[in-house]
Amino acid sequence: MNATTNETVNADTATETPLLELKDVSTVVNAHTANETKILNGLNLTVYPGDFITVLGSNGAGKSTLFNVIGGNLNADEGDVLLHGKSIKRESEEQRTRFLARVFQDPKLGTAPRMTVAENLLLASKRGQRRGLIPRGLRRHLDEYKTMASTMNNNLENRLNTATGSLSGGQRQALSFLMAVESKPELLLLDEHTAALDPKTSQQLMTATNDRIAADHLTCLMITHRLEDALKYGNRLIVLNAGKITFDVRGEEKKQLTREQLFNFFEDL
Amino acid sequence: MSLITSAIGQGLLWAVLGLGLFLTFRILDFPDMTVEGTFPLGAATAVALIYRGMNPLLATLCAFLVGMVAGLITGLLYTKGRIPILLAGILVMTAAYSVNLRIMGRANLSLLGKSSLFKNDFLASLPQYFDSVFVGLVVIIVVTLLLVFFLNTNLGQAFIATGDNPTMARSIGIKTDRMTIMGLMISNGMIAMGGALVAQNNGYADVNMGIGIIVIALASIIIGEVAFGDLSLTQRLVAVTLGSILYRFVLLIVLQLNFSANDLNLLSAIILAICLLLPRFRKFFHFDRLIERSVRDERNN
Ligand SMILES: Nc1ncnc2c1ncn2[C@@H]1O[C@H](COP(=O)(O)OP(=O)(O)O)[C@@H](O)[C@H]1O
Ligand SMILES: [Mg+2]
Repeated sequence: MNATTNETVNADTATETPLLELKDVSTVVNAHTANETKILNGLNLTVYPGDFITVLGSNGAGKSTLFNVIGGNLNADEGDVLLHGKSIKRESEEQRTRFLARVFQDPKLGTAPRMTVAENLLLASKRGQRRGLIPRGLRRHLDEYKTMASTMNNNLENRLNTATGSLSGGQRQALSFLMAVESKPELLLLDEHTAALDPKTSQQLMTATNDRIAADHLTCLMITHRLEDALKYGNRLIVLNAGKITFDVRGEEKKQLTREQLFNFFEDL
Repeated sequence: MSLITSAIGQGLLWAVLGLGLFLTFRILDFPDMTVEGTFPLGAATAVALIYRGMNPLLATLCAFLVGMVAGLITGLLYTKGRIPILLAGILVMTAAYSVNLRIMGRANLSLLGKSSLFKNDFLASLPQYFDSVFVGLVVIIVVTLLLVFFLNTNLGQAFIATGDNPTMARSIGIKTDRMTIMGLMISNGMIAMGGALVAQNNGYADVNMGIGIIVIALASIIIGEVAFGDLSLTQRLVAVTLGSILYRFVLLIVLQLNFSANDLNLLSAIILAICLLLPRFRKFFHFDRLIERSVRDERNN
C-alpha cells in the first residue's frame, strides 16, 4: 500500500482524458485577519470519466469545501478547476449545473417542500436548461416518475402527488438523489447523503445509489464517514487531511485494502 | 342590495392587488413594501394619461408597465445590491411619492368630464354599481387565467421553486435572482394596474391613496386562507378574490356601526390582525385539547 499524493493512474484510465482536474487549488477564509486559514491547501485531483471515488477525512478536513469549489459555491483563491481541459473557475453555480448535480446531507436542502414529489422531479429534469413559457406537461411524465421512484424501494412511487415537506426523511433524501441523477449529470457529488438517516434507510439508499451509478455509468465523488461504505463502493478511495489529499488508491489496490489498514492510517494522522 | 353589489364590485377590483401581492408574499415568501408606492403610481399614470386624452385601456396598460419598472428597481436593489427586501421596498415606495406628484403635477387629479374604462354605453345601461362588478369580473378572470397558465409553465415552476427553496433552485440551475426580479415586476405591474382601475372607478387619483394598501391586499390573501383552508395553487388564487370580497363585506358591516371613512385604515389593520391571530388563539386556548379532555373526563366519570 503506498500512500501518496501523486496520481497513480492505472492502465485503463491512462489513455482517457480527464473529466475534471483540480490543480493546486487553495481556498482562504478570513483573509487579511489573524484568523486567516487555508481550508484547501494546494489540492490536486484528477477525475476520469466513470470514476466512482469515495472521499474520507476527519471533521473539518475540507471535504465539503472541496465540493463547494467544484460546484462553484466557493471560489478557488489559487489554482484552477478544469472540465474537459477547459477552465471553469469563473463559471457560476448555476452555469455549472449543466454538468453537475449534488446531494447534501440535510434532506431539507435538496427539495422544494411545498411542491409535490412529481413537481420536484420535473423541475430537476430540466437541470441546467432554459425554462420558458411552455406548459410543464406534468401528467405526461407521471408513469416515468412512478417507475423511477419505485427503484428506491421506499413507497415513494405512491406519494408522487404529496407535498415533499410531508415525506419521511428517508423518502425525501431518496427524492433528492433521484433529482440529482435523473438528468444523468456528467459529475455527481454526494456529501454524506445517507448520514442523516437511520441505519436501515441509510443502507437502502446506499444500495440504490450504487445500483444507479453502475447502471448509468455515472462519474461520482461520494463523501462518507463510514469506512465500510468507502471500502465497499467505488473504484477509488481518497482521504483528505488539512486541505490536502493524503491518500489515494484505486482499482485492485483499493479492493485489497482492509478496514484495519485504513483505520491504522487514520490513527497515524 | 345596492350596498352589497357595491361591495362585490369593490372586492373584485381590489382583488387584483391581492393576486399581485400573492406572488411576492406567498410564493417568493417576503413582504414587498413597494406596493404602497406602485398602487398610487399606477393610479397617477393612468389618470394623467387619460387626462391628456389617451385611450383608458392603453393608459391602464401603461400603468402596468410603470409598475413593472418600480418592481424592477426594488428587485435590483434587493438581489444585486443586497439591500434587505423591506428596506429596498421602502426606498422605492418613498421615491414613488415624489414621482407621483411629478406625474400628476398636483396632489389630486380628477377625471371629471374625461373618459374611463367605466364609461361606455354598455356599462351605463347596467343597474347602479354593476359597472364595477362587470369590469372587475372581466379583469379578475383574465388575470387569474393568465396567472394559472404562467405558474404551470416551466418558467412558472422555476419561479415557485425559487420561493420554496432557493438553495435547491440554484443547485438545479435556476437563476434565482432573475426569478425574484421577475416576480417583483409582475407583482408590482398588477398592483399598479389595480391602482389604475380603482382610480378610474373613483374618478380621481390622489397621492395619498397608497397608504395602507399592503394591509388591504394582505387581508384578501389571509381571509381567503382562513375561510377556505387547504387548497391547490389554482384554488388559492380564486380564494384571494373571494377573500377580497369577504373583506369588503366585513368592512360594510363595520361601517354600519357608525365608524367614519377616516377610520378605514384602523379597521383594516384590526381585521387583518384578527385574521392573523386566529390560528394563535386556537392554540393559545388549547381548544382542541380542551374539548378532547372534557370528552375523556365524561367517559371516565
Ligand atoms: N466560510 C467559512 N469561514 C470560515 N471557516 C470555514 C468556512 N467554511 C468552512 N470553514 C472551516 O473549514 C474547515 C473545513 O470545513 P468543511 O469543508 O466543511 O469540512 P468537512 O466537510 O471535511 O467536515 C472547517 O474547519 C470549517 O470550520
Ligand atoms: Mg462536510
